Amino acid sequence: MSGLPHQPRLTRLTRLPRSRRVRSLGIACFLSALAAVITGPSGDADHPLAGITGSFAWPRLIIFVVAALGLWAALLSGGHLASRGRALSTRARAAMMPSTSMPPAPGGDGAGPPAPAGPLRRIAAPITGRHGARLGHLALLAVALAVPPALSTAAQQALVGEIGVYALLALGLNVVVGYAGLLDLGYIAFFAIGAYTTAYVTSAEAMPWHAPWQINPFFALPVALVVAAVAGVVLGGPTLRLRGDYLAIVTLGFGEIVQLLANNADGVTGGPRGVFGLPPLSVDLPGVRYSWGLNPLPYYYLLVVLIVLVMVVFGRWERSRTGRAWTAIRQDEVAAEATGVATIRMKLLAFAVGASVSGFAGVVLATKQFFNPQSFGLQASLLVLTIVIFGGMGSRLGVVLGALVLQGTAFLLRDTVPPADRFIYFGAVVVLMMIFRPSGLLPPRRHRALPRQDVPGTPAVPAAAGTPLVGAAVGATAGAGQDSALAPGAAPGPGPLPAPGSLRTSGPPPASGASPGSGAVPGPGPGAGAGPGVGPGAEPAL
Amino acid sequence: MGSAEQISQLTIDGLMVGALYAVIALGYTLVYGVLQLINFAHSEVFMLGAFGGLFASRALVPDGGATPSGLASAGLVLFGLGVGALAGATAAYALERCAYRPLRRRGAPRLAYLISAIGASLFAFNLAGKEFGRQSVPVPELFTNGTVVTVFGAEISTQSLVIAASALMMLLAVDHLVAGTRLGQSIRAVAQDAECAGLMGVDVQKIIVATFVLGGLLAGAGGFLYAMTFNASYTMGFVPGIKAFTAAVLGGIGNVRGAVIGGLLLGLVESFGGYLFDASYKNVIAFAVLVAVLLVRPSGLLGTRLGRPA
Amino acid sequence: MTGRVIPDPRPSTAAGPILDVRAVTLRFGGLTSLDGVSLRQERGSVLAVIGPNGAGKTSLFNCLTGAYRPQQGSARFWAGEDAVELVGRSPHRVARLGIARTFQNIRLFPEMSAVENVQVGVEVRARAGALRGLLPTPAVRREEREVLERSHHLLDFVGLGRRAALPAGSLPYGEQRRLEIARALGTTPSLLLLDEPAAGATAAERRDLVTLIRAIAEQGVSVLLIEHDIRLVAAVAGSISVLNFGRVIAAGHPDQIRSDPAVIEAYLGDTDDERSRP
Repeated sequence: MSGLPHQPRLTRLTRLPRSRRVRSLGIACFLSALAAVITGPSGDADHPLAGITGSFAWPRLIIFVVAALGLWAALLSGGHLASRGRALSTRARAAMMPSTSMPPAPGGDGAGPPAPAGPLRRIAAPITGRHGARLGHLALLAVALAVPPALSTAAQQALVGEIGVYALLALGLNVVVGYAGLLDLGYIAFFAIGAYTTAYVTSAEAMPWHAPWQINPFFALPVALVVAAVAGVVLGGPTLRLRGDYLAIVTLGFGEIVQLLANNADGVTGGPRGVFGLPPLSVDLPGVRYSWGLNPLPYYYLLVVLIVLVMVVFGRWERSRTGRAWTAIRQDEVAAEATGVATIRMKLLAFAVGASVSGFAGVVLATKQFFNPQSFGLQASLLVLTIVIFGGMGSRLGVVLGALVLQGTAFLLRDTVPPADRFIYFGAVVVLMMIFRPSGLLPPRRHRALPRQDVPGTPAVPAAAGTPLVGAAVGATAGAGQDSALAPGAAPGPGPLPAPGSLRTSGPPPASGASPGSGAVPGPGPGAGAGPGVGPGAEPAL
Repeated sequence: MGSAEQISQLTIDGLMVGALYAVIALGYTLVYGVLQLINFAHSEVFMLGAFGGLFASRALVPDGGATPSGLASAGLVLFGLGVGALAGATAAYALERCAYRPLRRRGAPRLAYLISAIGASLFAFNLAGKEFGRQSVPVPELFTNGTVVTVFGAEISTQSLVIAASALMMLLAVDHLVAGTRLGQSIRAVAQDAECAGLMGVDVQKIIVATFVLGGLLAGAGGFLYAMTFNASYTMGFVPGIKAFTAAVLGGIGNVRGAVIGGLLLGLVESFGGYLFDASYKNVIAFAVLVAVLLVRPSGLLGTRLGRPA
Repeated sequence: MTGRVIPDPRPSTAAGPILDVRAVTLRFGGLTSLDGVSLRQERGSVLAVIGPNGAGKTSLFNCLTGAYRPQQGSARFWAGEDAVELVGRSPHRVARLGIARTFQNIRLFPEMSAVENVQVGVEVRARAGALRGLLPTPAVRREEREVLERSHHLLDFVGLGRRAALPAGSLPYGEQRRLEIARALGTTPSLLLLDEPAAGATAAERRDLVTLIRAIAEQGVSVLLIEHDIRLVAAVAGSISVLNFGRVIAAGHPDQIRSDPAVIEAYLGDTDDERSRP
């Protein structure tokens, strides 16, 4: 798909409509100017324009003019490449599996239209493909296990505190935002709840308020999970009936209040000075004795275990009834409810699950390092959201990679970009992703459908599948008279499925019933028995 | 409860803050009316307006100089308001152009708009922090602040009067604009049925921009007024933003007069609530009001139709 | 655990009513959308509700399925031997009782595949909850297989067997309508509400639809149908109720209805008037 010849591309560029060229140039200039200001020097209240004028100082200006022109060219050719690539990959997909070639779905859900088949998808294809999936995942896991010991201690610290913990948080928020389509802006509150719960149950000194007895930090994991899940239900119970944007603002307020309480309730949480001196995680079994100390690597491996565990559990959920119910709610809540999905309960479940994962992450944070209410600000919530958006809403691997890429970049650039400025970039990433690639870095695989060959006990009947409607329905009608037992391959158990002798008997219709011409009405016209027939162009003619 | 003086002082304070909330709330309500979306980045429009007014008045009033008086004061206040409003409108326009319109073009789902606006908000306030510094900055004194009148023992300062008068004028202007002009008529038409309005010859795109700009003008001017009392900082938008949103919901989001009533009411509730409990819990009180309204009467006091008479 | 993994809500096909709506009144502010509507449907029958635009047909559906709560009146439904009141139940409970519906403006889950759309309906009767679903025990696996199998059968039944893997949103209009019916049938309803299933359909699609509705009725599922096309209605419905301005103005056998002066008046009367109703 690469290696597009140069000659035709240039001619194609000039063939583009003028308005489009001008528009692209405008976008390119704007984005470059914005980039110049973001990366340029800072100002302050006394010199509010210093940053901006400094950004466009002479030598810098050249860089950004060049960047603007480059971006312009990229925008113009990018459109071509994308449309060409899309056509190619659609064809390729169509060739692989005839039933999955698809025109862009109108409407859509949180992820917008199907992702353009960008290069990433293509690179990722071998690892997300059905057969290679397991191998690819194992390879990734092997890299994740093998590489970190070779890194510097600072990088290892970042892998734990900034990447691992946030990957876990993003996996949890992914359930809420990516699966169920609920915007939770106070998500970090559950992280705080997990961390403070750990402090409460594992140490008598860290906080003024503590449990009457102390437990091993490992047992804090289930405790924090339960407490955070309960908090999620308590918050979600009254608010999940609200419309999406109201929910967002209520959760935003909830996050603020939790932080405010952590800050103000000195007598309970220790207030702004924070919590420190919690016992590290330790295993103290006969024969096995190990304590997680100051070294970040053991924490890293613990996080890997937790992340893999969470990914496996959510993967199972994704493909189950629960995942389908969440997707249904996200795509059309009214239809889901009318189809019998208990929408409130499923949304509560998503909330509680997300919260409990956040609580998990809180335990790791608390046992690993010092924390204070500042760790749980709105910006942290928005950072997790950014990771989810960037990685791909609804994609487990995507959000973990999102955490790795975003936080990893922030770590690598820590000396160039002041930490306080990071959020400018994160904000820009969110907006740009929503505009140009709403499904994220690694979009989830949508519309999973097990082919019927996967169903044991059902003979694969390609002839039956796709039989013209009338044939099928008439076949069913014929079968209904014989009262059950028509079901092919007789499913196990005594009538394990409802509607005995009814809808399910419509397997392969008798050949006689299937009239080849689609739309042809077999036998007498439908109207024959009941008054006037439904003729072509039937109109209410009274 | 305290004496009559305290009551009247709390009332005056509450109404003054409430008028500011009302001015910001109008921006939420107008945008909600035409797009059925909460504009999460509206608080940043407010913040940028405040900085616009602040820097404009700073340019005219040198540090350490004498405090202007008389007509000069009035002119300076108006100038600050004007520049603040312009800055707000520019920010709102840029927001619509960058974070909303591309999504509208492709018919994105609601969630995408919310996320995009949140991203824009994150971007804008952190960029402001970088460019304008991260300390809060006072607006220079544009007039000598003092007690003008005393009502039932409550002192009304010049500043309160300026804020109240400006807010009142803006509210009246918007009410007139929405209820009695052609533009207002178009806005109401789009709010009721954008598709139909488009078929009837209303340029929906233009009306959406106009609505954002109108909300931006108000929020920008409101930001300047707010900064006169509480100073300006890059994070200043967040709390008033949530409160103004609460006010809009309280009055019935999408309803212009509802936003005004909601703002004043919220100001009063907060003022008295802060006195009864503790001033540091003002934010919690406002938030509790929001949750209560959303749960009990999500359509607010006046219902959620833009331009419907109160 | 019984032998049946998915319980069957449908009782024996005894005679008697399946739905009895009495004096349902629904107001929005000052506007009366339904004004004392009553109707009664026999088990296993096809009943059509017709009427001009804005007559209150969809409002009636919304009252029956829990989307709206009428101010007055009752709607009783015989899921089994005993009647249950529908008014005041949430939509998903109504669906679980055995009433499924389609929507006038199709509402599928556009990015899910066709078969997944049906699965969502079928799984309403599944037993494995969120936690049990995590452990792939033999019972859970068997249930998943059965759900999938039944979903594919339902797709075949409506003639979409070959479309199983396609995203619902990519299907052509007519197929989306049929997919919606398949999803509704997935919930194993004893009463199926179809809201203008023939809207925008071609003549051939209308014929197919007639066959499909008959096939559904022959399986013992009662069908309550909203439709404009009176010929189509006459072809499938055993009886008709006519709504106008939120009232039932006529009810009876199709032939009776066609000659009823009030019905003719409603359809051919002042068309401006009917348009002006919301």
